[in-house]
Amino acid sequence: MSMFSVFDISGSAMSAQSQRMNVTASNLANADSVAGPEGEAYHAKQVLFETRAQSRSGVGGVGVREVVEDPSPLRREYRPEHPLADDQGYVDMPNVDPAAEMVNMISASRSYQANVEVMDTNKQLLLKTLSMGEG
Amino acid sequence: MIDQLDAAFNFHQQALSLRHERQQVLASNIANADTPGYKARDMDFTSALERAMQRGGGSGEGLALEQTSSRHLAGQASALPRGDLLYRVPDQPSLDGNTVDMDRERAQFADNSVRYQAALTFIGRRIQGLKSAMQPE
Repeated sequence: MSMFSVFDISGSAMSAQSQRMNVTASNLANADSVAGPEGEAYHAKQVLFETRAQSRSGVGGVGVREVVEDPSPLRREYRPEHPLADDQGYVDMPNVDPAAEMVNMISASRSYQANVEVMDTNKQLLLKTLSMGEG
Repeated sequence: MIDQLDAAFNFHQQALSLRHERQQVLASNIANADTPGYKARDMDFTSALERAMQRGGGSGEGLALEQTSSRHLAGQASALPRGDLLYRVPDQPSLDGNTVDMDRERAQFADNSVRYQAALTFIGRRIQGLKSAMQPE
């Protein structure tokens, strides 16, 4: 492991958490999108994290393996006046759970902050190491 | 002369490099706080330092530089051989198999940073002491 691999570890976590934040933002923004590109209502998306080990010891950063769609069924609302309503007057609404998305967003931002602190502390330590023996 | 200097710095150098390794392990724990199935790692610092001192920082376990000529110097990339890393025992296990306890990791990280700075100060003062001993007065 090189001297600067702490930056890679924290940096990978920061980019993974910001991708999670992007997905959460997309879910919240599309909480009412009844029609998507495929003609279906928007499906909530989740990111899957995986460890990117740098060495055989299993220590390493984190990356996003894939972005998966939430398999839970779409919410059906009774709105007979809606232009996309089916024969029975029901409209398929996105399966986004706004409360869960808010929790996800807070968790992602806290993790992001923790990694920024790790990076900052390490930067200070390495700068001190570089000036070792000077004064 | 040079090997005496080396001996004077060896302990602090080993301590500093182990502190740096531990810093990376803790950074990895914090980075993987939301990764399903990730097991938090840490090291027993005292015994790791003892082992590193016994090896004397020279050749031994761990990664070593390949020597293709008899005039090449022996080098070691990492003070920490594999197997020195232990798994943390979680006191509040989570359903996704992740054993990172953020509070504990943050506390350990702060602790390790301060001790890293302490090791750095020791080695800096040591250099200053040797320098002033070499002054021609």
